[in-house]
Amino acid sequence: MIFLGDGIIVIQIFSKFLENLFNQEQIEKAQIFGCFVEKPTNQEHLTLRFAPSAIPIHKRWRNNGLSADFVANYLCTFFAENHSKNTQNNRHLEVKSAVSYVANELFENAMKYCDEKASYPITFHVQLEKDKIFLFIDNSVIPARAEKFKVFIKELLNSDPNELYIEQLEKNAEEENTTSSGLGFITMITDYSAKLAWKFQTIEQSSPVMTVTTMVELPV
Amino acid sequence: MEIKGENYNVSYDENTCTVNFSGALRLTGLKDYGHILNLLNNTADKEPSKIILNLQELNFLNSSGISMLSKFVIGMRKRKSIQVIVLGSRQIPWQGKSLKNLQRLMPGLTLELQ
Repeated sequence: MIFLGDGIIVIQIFSKFLENLFNQEQIEKAQIFGCFVEKPTNQEHLTLRFAPSAIPIHKRWRNNGLSADFVANYLCTFFAENHSKNTQNNRHLEVKSAVSYVANELFENAMKYCDEKASYPITFHVQLEKDKIFLFIDNSVIPARAEKFKVFIKELLNSDPNELYIEQLEKNAEEENTTSSGLGFITMITDYSAKLAWKFQTIEQSSPVMTVTTMVELPV
Repeated sequence: MEIKGENYNVSYDENTCTVNFSGALRLTGLKDYGHILNLLNNTADKEPSKIILNLQELNFLNSSGISMLSKFVIGMRKRKSIQVIVLGSRQIPWQGKSLKNLQRLMPGLTLELQ
């Protein structure tokens, strides 16, 4: 019996060691851009999860708006409604509009750019803090696309966002078939004073999957 | 000219030279906004003295839609004979935040937020 008990302890210690080792590997593999904050879960929060390969993207597209409006409606409950016609004095309306825009852009990006073959879910998480709202979206990404995305992120974090906004729109206007401009991320910063950060990781499942978590911090 | 979608409507009123937008525009990308951009460009091709973009009933516009409106406005910089007027609403928060950017792209554009 004593032997068995010791054995269990040893197994527990060993498993703890393995868990730490695994976490260490995860940390080493993670690449962070911007001031990334890990998801805290003790405050009011909401998580939505989708399987992107379940139905084609064009059929799923309308759900982006539905989900974004739901999240925005849910969160604005926590902000007093007043009936001022001037929206700048109406936090309820301001929060609703900002969350709806940001969440919709996050859903759209995740749906468009996830790796559908990866069988990896899209997880959206929104967290209400005292004076800010954190929005996270986690999705798979094709490694070659991730590299291009990292180049854009570095440019975004090292540029004046207002100048980058004009540059991207002038570039879009010249090109016939623009597929991605990053305008959604730029407008979150210029129009909604958001702070953005990203975490890239490789998750070990039956075959390794590259993932990206986008974090948006919105002041409220 | 009128374009109707599940949640939006875009129509041109020739008598007032006004393109009226209503509902929520969340199309997939700039390419999917092609038919709306065509409606705007066709309106400009008629060489009216002014074009009014009335967005006062447009509750939502995603970044691809902002891109589409910006593309139209950038194109209008060359057509100096046409005055571009954008009508927005102060009661719709995104408009107060984002429409001023159109003026940065085209300083001659008139923005009226009511």
